[in-house]
Amino acid sequence: MALVLTEEQSMLRDSARGLISDKAPVSHLRQLRDSKDPTGFSKELWHAFAEMGFAGLLVPEEFGGSGLGFMEAGIVMEEIGRTLMPSPFLATSVVAASALNRGGNAAQKSEYLPKISNGSLLATLAIDEGAKHRPLQTVLQAVRAGNGFRLSGAKALVVDGHVADLFIVAARTAGRAGERDGLTLFLVNPAAKGVAIERTIMVDAHNAARIELGNVEVTADSVLGEVDQGAALLDGVLDIGRGAVAAEMVGLSDEVFGRTVEYLKNRKQFGKLIGEFQALQHRAAQLYVDIEITRAATMKALQALDADVAKAASSVAVAKARAGTTATRAVQEGVQMHGGMGMTDQFDIGFFMKRARVCEELFGDANYHTEQLARARGY
Amino acid sequence: MSESEAADLETFRSETRAWLEANCPPEMRKPATSDDDVFWGGRNAKFSSEPQRIWFERMRDKGWTVPDWPKEYGGGGLSAAEHKVLRSEMGRIGARPPLSSFGIWMLGPALLKYGNEAQKKEHLPKIAAGLIRWCQGYSEPNAGSDLASLQTRAESDGDDFIITGSKIWTSYANYADWIFCLVRTDPTAKKHDGISFILFDMASKGVTTKPILLISGYSPFCETFFDGVRVPKANVVGTINRGWDVAKYLLQHERAMISGMGERGVGRPLGQIAADSVGSDAQGKLDDAMLRGQIATFDVDEAALAACAERAVDLAKAGQAHPAFSSAMKYYGTELNKRRYEILMSAGGVDALEWESERSRQGARPRAWLRTKANSIEGGTSEVMLGIVAKRILDLPGA
Repeated sequence: MALVLTEEQSMLRDSARGLISDKAPVSHLRQLRDSKDPTGFSKELWHAFAEMGFAGLLVPEEFGGSGLGFMEAGIVMEEIGRTLMPSPFLATSVVAASALNRGGNAAQKSEYLPKISNGSLLATLAIDEGAKHRPLQTVLQAVRAGNGFRLSGAKALVVDGHVADLFIVAARTAGRAGERDGLTLFLVNPAAKGVAIERTIMVDAHNAARIELGNVEVTADSVLGEVDQGAALLDGVLDIGRGAVAAEMVGLSDEVFGRTVEYLKNRKQFGKLIGEFQALQHRAAQLYVDIEITRAATMKALQALDADVAKAASSVAVAKARAGTTATRAVQEGVQMHGGMGMTDQFDIGFFMKRARVCEELFGDANYHTEQLARARGY
Repeated sequence: MSESEAADLETFRSETRAWLEANCPPEMRKPATSDDDVFWGGRNAKFSSEPQRIWFERMRDKGWTVPDWPKEYGGGGLSAAEHKVLRSEMGRIGARPPLSSFGIWMLGPALLKYGNEAQKKEHLPKIAAGLIRWCQGYSEPNAGSDLASLQTRAESDGDDFIITGSKIWTSYANYADWIFCLVRTDPTAKKHDGISFILFDMASKGVTTKPILLISGYSPFCETFFDGVRVPKANVVGTINRGWDVAKYLLQHERAMISGMGERGVGRPLGQIAADSVGSDAQGKLDDAMLRGQIATFDVDEAALAACAERAVDLAKAGQAHPAFSSAMKYYGTELNKRRYEILMSAGGVDALEWESERSRQGARPRAWLRTKANSIEGGTSEVMLGIVAKRILDLPGA
């Protein structure tokens, strides 16, 4: 498979870009932030997303979706990254839809997937517990109670957690923190007794929440996949999320870079365009190379996911690690090269820096994924 | 790609895989360990081993020393897609290239684009068959990064040019049979406009070479002197005084080649090589946490660069490549290769310092380490590459 977009993929990119740049430029995020919008994204835009087939992009056609692949999901994420549009696309359409589609039984799929496709159901994965992403360290406990389970524990950085209609919660049904065996995914209704949700306003003004489960009762039908054997399902779903976030970071990096190069071509100091200074030219060129390499690595990862999710781990680790370091570099250079203007809230560049920091933590930072690659290669 | 094309390609893959399995000697399924272990062809070529000879001859007979060149010029006539399959199948078993040659990597592509029919028929089949070894006469003592200021002059004398001047950093000039050379044919024109690209035999009267001893202790480069060398005007490739176009085109291929140099060493993961000397803890982790982190970061970047190299080929095929992108790849690939060898030296510790011993294979590692320092200088320095990216791709203002 060639690492270039097909004609259909280019058309998808153009239509996503058209909608997003028209309806949700960075000023859209600014407006949501400044008005302390209770939802945190535009419901109207989400419906437009559903109508264009984006909400169910990864959902098979039999459940009302578009039946497209991870490469296509990455294309939409990249466009989202360019304008920082807050959208349930990542949590609901990429991560939760993949978890349900890959782990769900027939009843679960037919109950939830059509609603994801038509935009009426928001769902999210609740995974992180500590300050850093460590899926195997999960300790949120699920104990058997009657025919079902009782869940207790806390989760952080639950994307869209305060507006979701469905939580997919990673819990420990057996074993100890750090062990692969004993992890189970549960479908939890946010309105269930014992669920406490705190919306956390984050640095990037995107949605997140902390949730606490205090003896929340769920039925046996709420298990997604197999009891105690959720690690493999979770690995795949997380890798899909990582590929998508890497794509968002490529879009974000590319946009920041484009804005920065434009600035170098227009800003004058010492009677010269600052883009004439070799010190800045070389740094811009290095950043360009970094972004192009990261873009290729991300496309490679998305293709690997499309070929076989279970075999994509190393490609995904490379992409997410690269995306993290590249985006970090892009936003730092972006602010630095914009000088004092880059430090002002009035100027958009800071929004990119803030979002890049959150994307870096989402589903594991560059250090985490670099470590994963070292382990996979046996040293 | 249509279904039948995809099916044909799969057939080609399985046939190629079977052929390589049957024909590539086991000794040729690992990277060359030293320069002596590489076959360069030429009038005085010698094979360093029987498997090397067998592998070369079998590949030559299929036209697979130059798989994507047209068959009429000694190539394999493969499509871009088939060539990619062949490369990936060779990579699968670790098969090394049967023939290393500046004729293949640099001159060939330039001749295919700019050469006339007589030149193509004369030179390309001999390159493909490894009969003539070429060297590149570009840099001069006063024309390095600023290559277009070169001074070697070619004066008209009837149907010939008389060439006088000197070149430096001519790779393997002392072993080469022919040279492709940049000469000044119009000293009055602006510096880019008076240059011609010309071919001649290194056995011509008036040509001498002198190897340059490098910090690695090897002499892969020479000074080359031309004292009134007589060369037919028919040997000019492209138009007289328009040699800079040919030179630039060729440089793109040279840069692509140098950026890929790091890939040749691919075999065992760097972390495992390091473990041989540094040791591992009970969990199998390298016994040097900081070095392990450096290696893992290197591995991330190397894998990402490999994806980018693959994408560059695909973009070129799709007609979407920026002509200056090879400069971006050259910059990153050479810097990465230097990083690889810094890590190898650090991992090797004291063992990697031995310069003359059987144990160290005559200091193979430190000599290779020092050799990599030229990667970001030869074929255009990293700084020149970044300047090209800034101006030609990013369109930044100035000079």
